[in-house]
Amino acid sequence: MVWSRKIAYINLSTGKVEQKPIPRDMRTLYLGGRGIDMYLLYNHISPGIDSLGSDNVLMVGVGLLDGIPCLGSGRCDIAAKSPLTGAVGDSNIGGFFAPELRLAGFDHLVISGKAEKPVYIWVNDGEITVEDASHLWGQDTFETQTAIRKDHNDDDIKSVVIGVAGENVVRFANVRTGMKNSAGRTGMGAVMGSKNLKAIAARGTTSIEYAHPDELLDYCKEMNDMIIGTRWAKAQSKWGTMIIYSNTNTTGLIRTKNFQLNRLENGEDLEPEVIDRYSFGTSGCYGCVVHCRHRYTLKEGDSEPIFGEGPEYTSLGAFGTMVNCTKMDTVLKANHLVNKYGIDTLETGGLIAWAMELYEKGILTEAQTDGLKLEWGDEKVVYELIRKIALREGFGSVLADGFKPAIAKIGKGSGYYAIQVKGMSNLHSDERPTPSFALGIATSTRGSDHLRSRPAIDLYGLPEELLEEIYEGPVTSDSTRYEGKPRMIWWQERLYAVTDSIGTCKFQTVFCAVHAPKWNEFSKLIQLATGMEVSKAQLMEIGERIYTLERLFNIREGFTRKDDALSERYFKEPTPIGLPSAKGKTIDKERFEKMLDEYYSLHNWDQNGVPTKEALERLQLDKEPSHMI
Amino acid sequence: MEKILFIDPEKCTGCRLCETACSLHHEKVVNPSLARIHVAKWETAGLYIPVVCVQCESPICQTVCPVGAISRDEKTGAVVIDPNVCVGCRLCALYCPFAGAQIDLKKGRILKCDLCGGSPVCAKFCDPQALQYVKATTANMMKQRAAAQKFSELMKKMLTAP
Repeated sequence: MVWSRKIAYINLSTGKVEQKPIPRDMRTLYLGGRGIDMYLLYNHISPGIDSLGSDNVLMVGVGLLDGIPCLGSGRCDIAAKSPLTGAVGDSNIGGFFAPELRLAGFDHLVISGKAEKPVYIWVNDGEITVEDASHLWGQDTFETQTAIRKDHNDDDIKSVVIGVAGENVVRFANVRTGMKNSAGRTGMGAVMGSKNLKAIAARGTTSIEYAHPDELLDYCKEMNDMIIGTRWAKAQSKWGTMIIYSNTNTTGLIRTKNFQLNRLENGEDLEPEVIDRYSFGTSGCYGCVVHCRHRYTLKEGDSEPIFGEGPEYTSLGAFGTMVNCTKMDTVLKANHLVNKYGIDTLETGGLIAWAMELYEKGILTEAQTDGLKLEWGDEKVVYELIRKIALREGFGSVLADGFKPAIAKIGKGSGYYAIQVKGMSNLHSDERPTPSFALGIATSTRGSDHLRSRPAIDLYGLPEELLEEIYEGPVTSDSTRYEGKPRMIWWQERLYAVTDSIGTCKFQTVFCAVHAPKWNEFSKLIQLATGMEVSKAQLMEIGERIYTLERLFNIREGFTRKDDALSERYFKEPTPIGLPSAKGKTIDKERFEKMLDEYYSLHNWDQNGVPTKEALERLQLDKEPSHMI
Repeated sequence: MEKILFIDPEKCTGCRLCETACSLHHEKVVNPSLARIHVAKWETAGLYIPVVCVQCESPICQTVCPVGAISRDEKTGAVVIDPNVCVGCRLCALYCPFAGAQIDLKKGRILKCDLCGGSPVCAKFCDPQALQYVKATTANMMKQRAAAQKFSELMKKMLTAP
């Protein structure tokens, strides 16, 4: 049964491992995955600690429904205080690791302290040991996984690992599994590296029991049919998230040359269909019918062909539009490089594009960039900067600390050109024409991010009645308007918090597909899988609790309303091109602040963004930290 | 028994829904190590191959079984093991060249695909259709068409070559 899955406390300084049950109360309040991780984060991390010191604590959480045969239920949540932002560090990863960890007997790991020398954690059917990893140190993210399998002579071992960038404590180093999956954002790989923790490997052969197995099996089939019946999932199963490019590069919703344009000229080679040149099939995460990534090979000259998976829409931006590169070859190669080294594709692209604009403006010169000419569209510069960042070599080391320290180091007004929130890079989407998206990235608890609250369906211009039914209140259909958008963000925040806590994929709920499984379906899945009765209203409240607790963590670290902000350029520089809905747009400062007011009041937070006493009591957060686990 | 479980590894996306659904159906739990089907993966090469009993016409498992526990279900065509006769010697698992029979030491038994009594759950869950439960004639035709498609692509290349 899900209930028998344990939490393990692993102290890397002492090597001590302690196993405990997870109280049922914890499940009814936080479900699992991100929810329980956030509880642990708030309870186990003291305010003001050094995120790269031994006081930081790394949480690994399996979603409540992980393992069931539907909706990509193999997701894992990795959390700690972020070395990139100093705020909530939290990143969700697909692939096959989380089900394996659960099959090995554990749902949550709380990793504290710092190992003296490189180690990895080995979880196998109820046992946890800390193993020597000196033979893995220096290996890339692919080699590491293969080497661990060899160590135990078992090809079915799944592990989450860091690459060389994590070892070098690049502040946006990620945690990776398989060929493609990454807990990409907020630098969880840097936290692992700072603890000398190279990997966590799992192998499990125990059984996960369910309350109503036959009905669950039937309902899972229904859920898979429901998601693959949507046009979005059908398109995604063919082209992956690259399909978004076709829309955004036509309309003018895509950041190009950092922030100078909103459409890539001569960008035809980045259209999703182009992947056919390289692809020999798609690949899916655990329990997923959508299989949104391609298996590709890239042949360059006489060298061995590169095999990789992806690329995501994010990489089309990071190593395409943002740096003004127009070739799919560049995107695929850069995608492979960041995956190999273990750095976040989005943050890397964001920083390189920023540096290129600084170079163009004369704020950076060759004297500071190790002689590199940071010219737009030069793919060799992109590859070289990726390498330098991962190895923390020369100018790469300046970028490897992320936006805030790099701005401080470079100075000369460079901060104005940095497109970031709370120290984390924005996605390459251009939010100036879409106030809802702009509010979402500004308020996201983990720094600028589209996966915390983006109401992607706002772009569809759906009938207002339908939208009001979904969002349960007054909203507007026109994506360029400000009215009603805070409600959309508030609703999506709670939905995504719950999705991350049950361990299913965000693409298999209301992200881009309107008629996708959501509250009632989740409620039924939870009931069939665990026997737990959780209504839609209760699920929404759990979402609110999780998001509010994240907010409390950030407030405790000194974040205020001032940090729920956008780069100045959003207010000052209008989008130069695009269709009428996208051209000539800026975010109106006054209306943005009004959205923020409304957003806070929907949450029952005060006008400084601090949750009211009443809100905390209602959500049973008034006694936190309560140290239940 | 005119249908077969037809496997097309080229369409497999490696999601392991087949394993998960199989174990949930047969064992009432999720545990891929108790599934009758397994996706063998070479992750770093992007190669995924579902491995499951192919229900041989002349089953080697049946030949080597010393107690006659293995027979064919006339209705479904599946080669099945009678648990009341099986003594757990594991010769079937040892000799099967397709790894169609797995050893379960915990319960002292052999795990083997029985085509779910004529409605295989794995095929139902396989949206990319790497697993299909179809008539043998249909399977033949699908193979022929796939081969013809490859041939036509080759022809096109030859005809358009400079």
